[in-house]
Amino acid sequence: MVLLVALAATGVLWTAFAPRGTAEDTAATNEAVRAGRALYLQGCSSCHGLQGQGGNQAPSLIGVGSAAVDFQVSTGRMPLAAPGAQAKRKDPIYSQTQIDQLAAYIDSLGGGPKKPVIDEAEWDDADLAHGGELYRANCAQCHQAAGAGAPLTYGKYAPDLSHATPTQIIEAMRTGPESMPLFGPGQIDEADAVAIAKYVRHVSEASGAGGHDLGKYGPVPEGLLAWLVGIGGLLAVCLWIGARQKV
Amino acid sequence: MTTVPPPPLVKRPGPVRALNRAADERFGTQEALRRNLNKVFPGHWSFMIGEIALYSFVILVLTGIYLTLFFDPSNTEVVYDGSYVPLKGVEMSRAYASTLEISFDTRAGLVFRQIHHWAALLFVASILVHLMRVFFTGAFRKPREVNWLIGVGLFVLGILEGFAGYSLPDDLLSGTGLRIAASIAQSIPVVGTWASFLVFNGEWPGENFIPRLYVVHILLVPGILLALIGAHLGILWHQKHTDFPGPGKTEHNVVGHRVFPVFAAKSSGFFMLVFAMLALLGGLAQINPIWAFGPYDPANVSSASQPDWYIGFLDGSTRLFPPWEFRGLGHTVPAVFWPTLILPGILFTLLAVYPFIEAKVTGDKESHNLLQRPREAPTRTALGVFAIAFYLVLWISGGNDVIAKTFDISLNAMTWAGRVGAIVLPPIAFYLTRKLCIHLQERDREIAAHGIETGIIQQLPNGEFIEEHRPKLPPVPDHPRVPTDRVALPPAGEGHGKGDLVRRAGRAVSGFFVEDEERQPEPTGSPQRPEGGH
Repeated sequence: MVLLVALAATGVLWTAFAPRGTAEDTAATNEAVRAGRALYLQGCSSCHGLQGQGGNQAPSLIGVGSAAVDFQVSTGRMPLAAPGAQAKRKDPIYSQTQIDQLAAYIDSLGGGPKKPVIDEAEWDDADLAHGGELYRANCAQCHQAAGAGAPLTYGKYAPDLSHATPTQIIEAMRTGPESMPLFGPGQIDEADAVAIAKYVRHVSEASGAGGHDLGKYGPVPEGLLAWLVGIGGLLAVCLWIGARQKV
Repeated sequence: MTTVPPPPLVKRPGPVRALNRAADERFGTQEALRRNLNKVFPGHWSFMIGEIALYSFVILVLTGIYLTLFFDPSNTEVVYDGSYVPLKGVEMSRAYASTLEISFDTRAGLVFRQIHHWAALLFVASILVHLMRVFFTGAFRKPREVNWLIGVGLFVLGILEGFAGYSLPDDLLSGTGLRIAASIAQSIPVVGTWASFLVFNGEWPGENFIPRLYVVHILLVPGILLALIGAHLGILWHQKHTDFPGPGKTEHNVVGHRVFPVFAAKSSGFFMLVFAMLALLGGLAQINPIWAFGPYDPANVSSASQPDWYIGFLDGSTRLFPPWEFRGLGHTVPAVFWPTLILPGILFTLLAVYPFIEAKVTGDKESHNLLQRPREAPTRTALGVFAIAFYLVLWISGGNDVIAKTFDISLNAMTWAGRVGAIVLPPIAFYLTRKLCIHLQERDREIAAHGIETGIIQQLPNGEFIEEHRPKLPPVPDHPRVPTDRVALPPAGEGHGKGDLVRRAGRAVSGFFVEDEERQPEPTGSPQRPEGGH
């Protein structure tokens, strides 16, 4: 009996205190949450529900965390342009401030992975070569060795990583958007995640020695170029020589 | 053609002449030299396609020699400490490390590597185009069946050689390719496992497949290629080049330019242009950026891993083939066996024996030195286009992931489109090509019989309207190369009695417009062309 009373009291107390959040519950956060909620109700609630509870067309956002919001909205995937196999990357509709407000609101609905903050020292210390090894072991199966992306089944795809910022790369690892598996801190720790992001940025930015990278896909565009320019050009040369010959 | 005897030599012979004389006195070279330098080659542009392959091969050998100076064909694991930072401290084989050194730390290493690789792509591609030219013009017919067989051998060996080279740097892409090759070897019923063990000296990846591949790539296959190219050209030299029918051209002569100086100058210039194209590609377009793929690790694989284009059709056939696995009598025949071994086996066998099949079916046992235009043999042309359509579907399917990603198409839709396309498109291509050939023949006959429509309408005094038809012009004597579509063609049939057809085409080549080409007299040789040399 005492136990039951104690449990009930704990439950009542929890419901009373929980929504107020923790010590971070400052005025600024409250302000951000309020602004985020206004943006949310206007731009997102028609699919995700007035309380972020989800609906027939969209998943619940309770517990997805600020990392997911920042990833989806800053890459322009949300709000969705059109329903399809997969949300496409496009220019973001919201400013970074608005995205942070939306993230604060969704975060206030219940935890989840936080938007990562990469400081400069951490970035500089990250081991590029180790990031490359991790990338080839964990990411290249879908995103291709040079981050060019590749298709998955039925119109889904692992996107080209050349536009992804380091923050977005780590957010994707932590939240596992769309078909992507989730790589939690237990699998890939903070330093490794930064190293992977650094490698991805490197392969995306450095087109590499030897001329135009042909989209980084290797043999397919190479074969196309060999036929169209190589063989095509040399056949044109044959025709030119042939046309100049009298017999 | 003067009858005045040349004045006696008073000058002492120069050093070249002296050397020539010395060689002639010992080896009798003068006669052979004169005979060979006077050899005549026809000048049609399509006869230069095979030269692209030859010159690519020369460039492959030259750049390849340079690369062997720096490449270390070794599976030994090392820790990379070169100038490419994103791989610093990564474990890799000596082969991969030395390829990185060639790319980043060797003077002109990267451009040589790239020219070498582009030349390999163009080598096989130009062999294929040359093969198509020979096929569609009937140049493979007697007496040239042996050269056809050698050509098919060169094509297959070129593919093998290319694959061996692609596999040498031991990057993630080449390792993936070799892994697939090992699986294909293993898929052979009964002997598969042992075949794979034999090739890779034990379990994949083993420890010494790179030295083995290296020997195959730089000694064994190039040696055979060189020997076969020698035989191919030797036979060509001996049998003389074919030519399209035209004024003054018969089954028994060759009309064109002598080897020296015109043909030699033309070919040297063309060699330079081929080299220029390869240098352009090698200097401006990245090929096989092995540093971006990373070293091979059997645990890793990249999406969109592709073979070079000439293996692409087998990659495609594997992607399209249903996953049918057969088990029985204690053995398993995996699905990869059919699209990767049986299919190319059938394709290359059919390719090799085609001249004999055609001769058998058409009953054509004659020797042919005059070529056919594709329309003159509708069934053969249609068969060729059938094969090209099939090949293209497989080829496109080999890159269907990159295409699906680039054009935002569902990969599954591409696979099914390939499956249906591989079965449906070739027969459609066959039908349409055959129809087109027959229509073109009819048009030729129409022009031969009634001349060319002028578009000028005349009203006769009796009120009737007629259109003027201009007869085809006879060839201008100074410029006897008349486009062959002015050649009168036989009146009926689809021209599948080829020997007959060629004889008639040969009779028609004097180029005169005739009402009845059946009664066209034999042309009496070429009036002023150089004689078809020995």
